[in-house]
Amino acid sequence: MQASISLQRDARQQYLLRIGDTCLILAQRLGEWTGHAPVLEEDIALANMALDLLGQARAVLTLAGAPQGLDEDQIAFLREERDYFNPTLVELPNGEGRPGDFALTVLRNAFVSTQLKLLWQRLLDSSDEELAAIAAKAVKEARYHQQHAADWVLRLGDGTQESNRRMQAALDKLWPYVAELFAQDEVDEAAAESGLGPRWAELRQEWLSEIGPLLQAATLAQPADRPFLSTGRRGVHSEHMGYILAEMQHLQRAFPGGAW
Amino acid sequence: MNAAQRAVPTRVQRAWDVLAGVLDPEVPALSLCDLGIVRDVREDGEALEVVLTPTYSGCPATEVIERSVAEAVEGAGLGPVRLKLQRAPAWTTDWISEDGRRKLREYGIAPPGHLAAGAAAPIRLVPRRIAPVACPRCGSTHTEQLSAFGATACKSLHRCLDCREPFEHFKPI
Repeated sequence: MQASISLQRDARQQYLLRIGDTCLILAQRLGEWTGHAPVLEEDIALANMALDLLGQARAVLTLAGAPQGLDEDQIAFLREERDYFNPTLVELPNGEGRPGDFALTVLRNAFVSTQLKLLWQRLLDSSDEELAAIAAKAVKEARYHQQHAADWVLRLGDGTQESNRRMQAALDKLWPYVAELFAQDEVDEAAAESGLGPRWAELRQEWLSEIGPLLQAATLAQPADRPFLSTGRRGVHSEHMGYILAEMQHLQRAFPGGAW
Repeated sequence: MNAAQRAVPTRVQRAWDVLAGVLDPEVPALSLCDLGIVRDVREDGEALEVVLTPTYSGCPATEVIERSVAEAVEGAGLGPVRLKLQRAPAWTTDWISEDGRRKLREYGIAPPGHLAAGAAAPIRLVPRRIAPVACPRCGSTHTEQLSAFGATACKSLHRCLDCREPFEHFKPI
């Protein structure tokens, strides 16, 4: 079996991996819908968004691995769980069983695409030219993902009694994981100081000003904030992360360097 | 330099001519030049450097495009080729040539509108109205969107409510 790589774990690399892993892990979750979405159009939509996210992940992981001489595949497939830095929100299963809950999937897409859109917008001014170039392309894609997700949140939230009930249940389940998107720490601090990118905490106000009216228009009740804080961005994940990594990594571990 | 010498196209010009004939693998109505994917061709010592820019981050055709560019230019005896991927400035549908837009329409795909001014405008999540796209067959704007995503990353699906034909739209980005 292919051995794991170890990271140098400096603040720059960790900041980049937070972005790249958000895209990578959400792409994997969205990919689970392929062939199983409620209607063909949404099957295509979820697969397309997964592909965009995977493309963004490839670019950012390449950038994150370069100083250590690691390529995108090594970075994507050969890390241990603690070396992934996505927020816990994106690793949560799509819902009970497979393929899961469509309401939860599109609501999470609305949360994450809004966050990524705001982040890419700020990264246009990154001191790292390559990151700024990746952001210029990705921001257009994130905008489109956000519109698609918001349309569904509105349609299901302000839909039938049953669709509203399911969307509200998804909101109650996901809301506790939103706080982590805006948690402050030394990694974000270093990025802000070096000009690499913004503290994610700086995006909170704008995120709320876009998501709040959406939830309201969708006749959903925004849950109260609680002290719980998930820790995926620090590498400490939920119990779901190991399973998703096993699925993602097993081929590369079993056939080192395998390509097609 | 005499007139006869001037008439002979340079290596760079010949490469552009060759590339004008290389079709996009996913929208084979257009050449890579029509799409604006080929940003530059220049001589760099022995090699001919071709600068390409990707359309979408996750476009699965990117690798095929790189291969077909290298094969076409080397096949015309203009190699060796060195490919350079350039992300900035980001590709936009505004780079699709007028000729390319006409070819798209003839192929049955509604061409993207021009972005220019509206690109950076804040988007409204609610309420939102999707601007109607003109049907590439009958020109009617009495159309509806069937799906925000299509068979490739760059297209959405629509239907004309007058001539009843479904059609694809090249999304403006």
